[in-house]
Amino acid sequence: MPYGEMDAMHMDVLREIGNIGAGNATTALAKLINAKIDMKVPKVEMVDFQHLASVVGNEEDLMVAVMVTLSNDVDGMMMFLMDKKSGTYLIEQMMAGSGMPVNEEFGELEHSVISEIGNIITGSYLSALASLLNMKIDMSIPYLSIDMAGAILSVPAIEFGKIGDEVLLIQTDFGDEVEVKGYFILIPDQESYTRILSALGM
Amino acid sequence: MGEMIKVGMADLKACKAPHALTTLGLGSCVGVCLFDPVTKVSGMAHVMLPDSKQITREINNPMKFADTGIDMLIKQMVSLGADKRRLKAKIAGGAQMFAFNGTSSSIGRVGDRNVEAVKIKLKELSIPILAEDTGANYGRTIEFYSEDARLRIRAVGKPLKTI
Repeated sequence: MPYGEMDAMHMDVLREIGNIGAGNATTALAKLINAKIDMKVPKVEMVDFQHLASVVGNEEDLMVAVMVTLSNDVDGMMMFLMDKKSGTYLIEQMMAGSGMPVNEEFGELEHSVISEIGNIITGSYLSALASLLNMKIDMSIPYLSIDMAGAILSVPAIEFGKIGDEVLLIQTDFGDEVEVKGYFILIPDQESYTRILSALGM
Repeated sequence: MGEMIKVGMADLKACKAPHALTTLGLGSCVGVCLFDPVTKVSGMAHVMLPDSKQITREINNPMKFADTGIDMLIKQMVSLGADKRRLKAKIAGGAQMFAFNGTSSSIGRVGDRNVEAVKIKLKELSIPILAEDTGANYGRTIEFYSEDARLRIRAVGKPLKTI
């Protein structure tokens, strides 16, 4: 089904998927850093390429992104991204008690800590999704990029560009009041969307 | 002082001196900058994908491909007074944003493929590439000045570069 033909009911279903996946991921994150984290109601929207970066801020905003590619019953990619300040905060929480200082310029240690955080929470998101859909979803190892929002988002945009002129985003913001602000972006390919919707009886 | 005209993703614009063109946070896409040194007409295309002919579906936005995007850009520049035969190019972008291992992933090589496609297209049109800053693993913000065809490149944690 072309993205353009999705109606309000499809959007509701995708929103619910975002809710369940992100709910699980947020719980995993909260446990990881031992803090309470609130999640907002997921947004499902079609965004054209010109406005993609404005979803997270400005094109040049510095972001930390962990991406995994998906295979098996669902193909595509999933991205967990947050601003640099939030990334630093998460690393500090993870390393608290280790006695090691956090390098705000992000060295090798910080890279592996943030990749592991990304790995755990995208894994929780996807396992919730897989059991809801009764599908097998395999994920790659986590890939990390710390760069401008526009540059990072060009990667999913190009994948969508092959089939259309818009990106379908299932986006969930989370945060614990001030410290953490981040997004989950689930990007199944078009065939996988059809499979996901039909697994849910649509 | 001229204006700074913004070119978005899968977009293109042409202008005349004293104006300049910019694209912010270029990742695996390629910024193709063309100019005519005599009339000082310049143009910038933000190319996302290599080849419109590989896409079987109906194409709504030809600006996103290297082949059709560059053709459209030249047309706009000619309508502003540029001479096709005098055009020269500078290109930037085509980064690999995520450090994929191995060669199996098509997502990983998309930046390289975009750069290759742009070069092929420019060669076909006999437009020489005077300078490039492509590949690597970081995003770039680029500014292209019609006045003197300077291309300024900013990247996170790197010194400002002019090519």
